[in-house]
Amino acid sequence: MKTKQELDRRSFLKASIVAGGALVFGINIPGTTKAEERFGVGAAPAADFSPNAFIKIARDGKVTVVVGQSEMGQGVMTSLPMIVADELEVDWANVTFAHGPADKAFLNPAMGMQGTGGSSSVKGFFAPLRKAAAQVREMLIAAAAASWNVPADTCIAENGRVVHTATKRSAAYGDLLEAAAKIAPSDKPKLKDPKDFRYIGKAVKRLDSPAKVNGTAVFGIDVKVPGMLYAIILRSPVIGGTVKSVDDAAAKAVKGVTHVVSLGYGVGVIADSFVAARKGKSALKVTWEEGPMAAVSSETIMKSFVDAEASKKGLEAKKIGDVAAGRAKAAKTLDAVYYAPFLAHATMEPMNFTADVRSDSAEVWGGVQAQMLVQGTVAKAAGVPVEKVKVNTTMLGGGFGRRFEMDYVIDATLLSKAAGKPVKVVWTREDDMQNDVYRPAVYNKLSAGLDAEGKPVFWRHRLATDAIMARAGKAFGFNLKDDQLDSSSFEGAHELEYKIPNFQCDWIRVDTGVPVGFWRSVGSSHTAFSVECFMDELAALAGKDPLEYRLSLLDEKSRHAGVLRLAAEKAGWGKKLPAGSGRGIAVAESFGSYVAQVAEVTVGPDGKVKVDRVVCAADCGQIVNPDTVAAQMEGSVVYGLSAALYGEITIKNGRVVQTNFNNYKPLRMNEMPKVEVHLVPSTAPHGGVGEPGTPPIAPAVVNAIFAATGKRVRSLPIKTDELKRS
Amino acid sequence: MTKISVNKKVFETDSDPSTPMLWVLRDEFGLTGTKFGCGIAQCGSCTIHVDGEARRSCVTPISAVVGKEVTTIEGLSPDSSHPLQKAWIAEDAPQCGYCQSGQIMAAAAMLKKTPKPTDADIDQAMNGIICRCGTYNRVRAAIKLAAANGGK
Amino acid sequence: MSSRILKLLVIGIAVAVIAFARVGRFEPIEHVAASTAEDAVKARAAFNEAVKVFFSARCSNCHPGGDAPTQGDERRIHDQDVKRGTDGKGVAGMECATCHQAENMDGEGLPPGAPNWHMPPADNKMVFQGMTAAALCQQLKDPARNGGRKTLKESIHHIETDPLVGWAWNPGSGRTTPPLSQADFLKKLNEWIDAGAACPE
Repeated sequence: MKTKQELDRRSFLKASIVAGGALVFGINIPGTTKAEERFGVGAAPAADFSPNAFIKIARDGKVTVVVGQSEMGQGVMTSLPMIVADELEVDWANVTFAHGPADKAFLNPAMGMQGTGGSSSVKGFFAPLRKAAAQVREMLIAAAAASWNVPADTCIAENGRVVHTATKRSAAYGDLLEAAAKIAPSDKPKLKDPKDFRYIGKAVKRLDSPAKVNGTAVFGIDVKVPGMLYAIILRSPVIGGTVKSVDDAAAKAVKGVTHVVSLGYGVGVIADSFVAARKGKSALKVTWEEGPMAAVSSETIMKSFVDAEASKKGLEAKKIGDVAAGRAKAAKTLDAVYYAPFLAHATMEPMNFTADVRSDSAEVWGGVQAQMLVQGTVAKAAGVPVEKVKVNTTMLGGGFGRRFEMDYVIDATLLSKAAGKPVKVVWTREDDMQNDVYRPAVYNKLSAGLDAEGKPVFWRHRLATDAIMARAGKAFGFNLKDDQLDSSSFEGAHELEYKIPNFQCDWIRVDTGVPVGFWRSVGSSHTAFSVECFMDELAALAGKDPLEYRLSLLDEKSRHAGVLRLAAEKAGWGKKLPAGSGRGIAVAESFGSYVAQVAEVTVGPDGKVKVDRVVCAADCGQIVNPDTVAAQMEGSVVYGLSAALYGEITIKNGRVVQTNFNNYKPLRMNEMPKVEVHLVPSTAPHGGVGEPGTPPIAPAVVNAIFAATGKRVRSLPIKTDELKRS
Repeated sequence: MTKISVNKKVFETDSDPSTPMLWVLRDEFGLTGTKFGCGIAQCGSCTIHVDGEARRSCVTPISAVVGKEVTTIEGLSPDSSHPLQKAWIAEDAPQCGYCQSGQIMAAAAMLKKTPKPTDADIDQAMNGIICRCGTYNRVRAAIKLAAANGGK
Repeated sequence: MSSRILKLLVIGIAVAVIAFARVGRFEPIEHVAASTAEDAVKARAAFNEAVKVFFSARCSNCHPGGDAPTQGDERRIHDQDVKRGTDGKGVAGMECATCHQAENMDGEGLPPGAPNWHMPPADNKMVFQGMTAAALCQQLKDPARNGGRKTLKESIHHIETDPLVGWAWNPGSGRTTPPLSQADFLKKLNEWIDAGAACPE
């Protein structure tokens, strides 16, 4: 996300005793109303919704950390509570989490909005949560010290108790709530010395695992509200098509169908069960105004890329020196075209949302990545004031950037409004696959030249692709102008760590008409492929080892070089592999983290690629939970590998061709490589964790295929036919 | 009314006998631990047991389970004490968690007949369950841990 | 014993084995005597028609040489890399019946169904894929390899009455059917048997 705006971080702490006797602490940002008035915090049990960045302590000493970020598998419901537990000095067994509502109090400082994306949750909340927890710790200590009539600095906090060191007197947090609530929080609480961290930096067990192994974790699709109806939407088969006419007689005749509602972009069938809605949808007859996309297919899109690259200058994303002068000095030159396709997110939980729109208010439920955008979107679609919209966040059955979108939120809101009842909209897998906002397809033209020693003297990279922000930016109130750069299109390609004296990266914006969006690691998901594979080609052209060549172009102390060396060492770089197998390496920085991966692959005589092993070295700065980081690296590898081996969305006459997992194939268990993750110990600022493992895997695998077969893959997904041994 | 035994409790439904069990379980019986992922038996998120064997509930009609015992993730153990559930937590296998009911139910069906699974056994039984978060290696480790702990 | 005698003995044993094989294994008793040259021609012609059904995708997909069934007219390896298992009903946790129901379901990508959906068991694979017509014919007549069916009429009965076989002619939307109707297929098989069941060369 590139919409960072300056956020007023001067927060103050508000404490009060609420119904039920729990002490509630929260960070309030000046200008907002009191937390407990907004949300009735404390009146509701922990399973209900209360604000983020709040610490609730119950009389039994149980601490609930209310998290306004969304849990989509990345472990935020564990990592953020860990930060609080450490600074508050409470035992992990007494810590639970709860989902926060939509509110400014939960703005992610690293994003400038309440949002879970850009691998930024820990980055954004590490400091604010430590401060909030330290304030509470000091208030509890002060309360106890006052009751014992001793100086506060003679007391310590430990395992949920305040202890007077000299006399060994102690009091449980739960018994100090009233007294602590009367104490003013310090604006500069003393933070723990990192060497005393008890949880931060340790592999702490996830708090959300227990509910995810017995079926009790609640996802959006599991929401049930009294009186709720179920809806499915029949959507235009052509991207951007609209409803011309509807014959709903047969649909309405289906038992259980209650409403058929035309939404312009689709027709909603509402029924008393999902099954009835699905039957109704099958019976519905709609004619469509197909619109201009009916003339667009993958071939015409490719032609538009090729033509645009050839005929347009594009916008200059970065320029160093003079590439023409560099070309004149080159002893050898290389030109290549790299192509990466449109990709679907394909979260395991298809899009769904539940809305209860009333005359003057609305309450909504679902898995979302941007609660306040949801709140505003629902308000607008329902025609109710924004402060009258209550957003309940559930667990997300995968996010990957897809649940930043508002389309499924609007569906439920409009249909609930039309029905006058709560409505849960569920997308079928086919709806989800064919109505995604796709990772943009990218056409890359790369040129480089080497001097007599094999060092690059120039590098030119031209990317023709859609602008994600042209569409997605609008949700954040951002309008991309024609002469404006959208870095999400070329990030990872324009600021290379490699020393290249003459460099230019141009972006040629193409509007394909295919809706594009944020897909795990965004621009880096494809730039790492084009850049790191082309770098591999240069190493081969120079006759150098791919690892040595990269290192020769990097500052020895750079974090790029650090992870490359670590991955190579752990992988046994240079050790012989059997014939038909090969090893490839790639490195990429994204979201402030540096990840290098070595892939070992075997290519069969039939051209089938089996990835046997992936060694991943990651430098993510200071780490909160190394086990979560390892899990995210493992998962990122799988996500990127599914895309590299199989992922491709194609368009025919404006229609998305792929429908379900039978023709948009993810990696399965038997194809899973061994994945080894090695983390660089670091005290550097927090980098992201959820996404940076994805970019290097495609180039590492493609480079390994080259090592194994001598064949250079320049277009994804990897095509078995091209690797067949003749 | 059709009577169906789920997790050793008798439920009733008046839905058409061709209705997939997935929706009967979720929307009628309130057992939402079984998930909808694809609707065509490709992803396995909806895996349940029918008389102890793994079935994709999104394609299993009511008529196919009458007179049989259905088990869902909620009924695998009364208190998350099944060796697989314990192993899953020990390995912190879940990420988003959406597919994990299906993963565990498929693994449980396998362990009943193959208590000491090899990697190939695990591949063959678990290949039908897609995880987009990429938890496969931890799922494999958890199955081995549960098997080592004598779990069925 | 001279080397000449030894050679003769070896040849003698070989001949005996072959003779036993022809009578005892490959040729069901009811057909051994009958064949005239004319019948054999008729039988082979009928079989060469019928075999197109065995080789069709609907039938051969579940009769592979290895342990992985195939799917689609292109006979690609079955999705999810499913395996035969020892009894032909899949492996624990991934049985055929995990996905395949007693009847077809309507809709794109849904698994086809018929009662008792399964493959031949691992110890009696009844391979269709990759076989020549002659080899398949021999296999059909060999009780050791044809599922223990001692007469060809038994085999025909199975083909005629097993709903799983019949599924090939009612495979659900989007799937092709074998090149002969089930009735014509049975007719050709009966012609083949009645003419002595000679196998193609």
